[in-house]
Amino acid sequence: MTMCAWCSTSTDVMDGFIHALTHQAFLQTALAAGLLASIGCGVMGTYVVVKRIAFLAGGIAHSVLGGIGAAVYFGLPPLAGALGAAVLAALLIGGIRLQWRAQEDTLISALWAMGMAAGILFIAKTPGYQSDLMSYLFGNILLVPRDSLAFMAALDVLLLVAVAAFHRQFMAVAFDEEFARLRGVPVAFFYLLLLVLVAVTVVLMIQVVGLILVLALITLPAAVAGHYVHSLGRMMLVATLLGGLVTTGGLALSYGPDLPVGPTIILLTGGLYMVSAVVSRHLARRRAHRAFHGAAGEARHG
Amino acid sequence: MTAADPVIELRDVGFSYGAAPVLEEVDLTVEAGEFLGIVGPNAGGKSTLLKLVLGLLEPQRGDIRVLGRPPRDASRHLGYVAQYPGFARDFPITVEQTVLMGRLGSGGWLGRYGRADRAAAWQAMVEVEAEDLAQRQIGSLSGGQLQRTLLARALVGAPRVLILDEPTANIDQRVESDIFDLLGRLNERMTILVVSHDIAFISAYVGRVACINRTLVCHKTEAVEGEIIQELYGDHVRMVQHQH
Repeated sequence: MTMCAWCSTSTDVMDGFIHALTHQAFLQTALAAGLLASIGCGVMGTYVVVKRIAFLAGGIAHSVLGGIGAAVYFGLPPLAGALGAAVLAALLIGGIRLQWRAQEDTLISALWAMGMAAGILFIAKTPGYQSDLMSYLFGNILLVPRDSLAFMAALDVLLLVAVAAFHRQFMAVAFDEEFARLRGVPVAFFYLLLLVLVAVTVVLMIQVVGLILVLALITLPAAVAGHYVHSLGRMMLVATLLGGLVTTGGLALSYGPDLPVGPTIILLTGGLYMVSAVVSRHLARRRAHRAFHGAAGEARHG
Repeated sequence: MTAADPVIELRDVGFSYGAAPVLEEVDLTVEAGEFLGIVGPNAGGKSTLLKLVLGLLEPQRGDIRVLGRPPRDASRHLGYVAQYPGFARDFPITVEQTVLMGRLGSGGWLGRYGRADRAAAWQAMVEVEAEDLAQRQIGSLSGGQLQRTLLARALVGAPRVLILDEPTANIDQRVESDIFDLLGRLNERMTILVVSHDIAFISAYVGRVACINRTLVCHKTEAVEGEIIQELYGDHVRMVQHQH
């Protein structure tokens, strides 16, 4: 890779990528994996952002390494270990949040770090697996096996069915837990279910961006969507589309200069978020300015 | 329960969050159709009393019956407007969707709100004169508009008892009167409990006042006079009355 890769025009990059895409099966698989992951990150990321549980989601994502490590040590499929560990971490972290509010952040930090430490120990004691550590941490979308796509699609279907069935309950628990409890909604159950679905999303995205970078891809597209649309359903849709855009864009940008895809996707997502934060702030200020200079003192109603 | 049974009954209730008791030896009976004002100094246990009645907290001592049942089993028949709503004002949700949440627990578990839910939400918004706000984001509402929305959310489940914690704490006096006029009309068909620190203001609206300062200091039907205020607040009456 040379710096000159950066000099090539974007048209060249896109032409090269599109050409490769039509000829290389692994790129098609990678593209599909990115799009499948976007559905999870758009739908569950919206809840993570509006409920402000990014820290909990981070704890779940990082402690998943413990499950991956244990799975490879005992000769099981790593993704199965990841799914088991993610669900367990979601229940533990959710239980802590519901029962032990006072030390919530410290306890979650402890689980976060212990899960990672356990994973590193297991992987260190498994001959031949050290080299895969980096791809668990930072993802490698180019190495997604074709049969993983069916697994990812199944997880997406699971998420969409759960959210469609319990949309009212999830919204109520995300919005106002106390009121939901008074209306007879089993808040603890739906809160834990929500976190389990976040855990499923983390597993969905591990191969794409890895468990360290996953948090950005869950939260940032939804946060950008939240700058412009104001309903949970629309946020989910826009965040899914943005997720598809950044995973595909990251794949395309990294292909020519042979950059690691996961970090490219994340920098693209982070850049998009920052630009959007500045733009939406500017738009809000302009609206406020206009309100003041337009109909001075908009009639206040009750 | 029969019509003559009390709507709310507390017997020798005691509650503590930690070492120091917040409420002690509280005996209180509320009859159907009453409009009860609960007053008392800050940290006197007013909000805690409401949360016990709602079943959000369990007393360490004593017994609470609401509509003849343990509070938790009665909560679907209660409408509640909290002092500090537990949601972020920038949550992406409209007034209508917020009001619809009051319909949870009636109807099925799966899927979306039905036509009956939407009709009930509309009716509740009309009742509090918030129907023009239906599609507004809650983050864009004024204090009074938000309070109307939360009142509609409490009313949409057709409660038998309406429980409000400082419903007018952050809104101006004219709107405060509007809201209490509305509560007066609602009182024709439901029992109302309202917490306030503003004893002078609410005494014009409520039928009876219960004064709470760790225990039930007094409950009077007649207008609350200086002597009782003195008993409740000690020597700092003026300060207390002017703090809002």
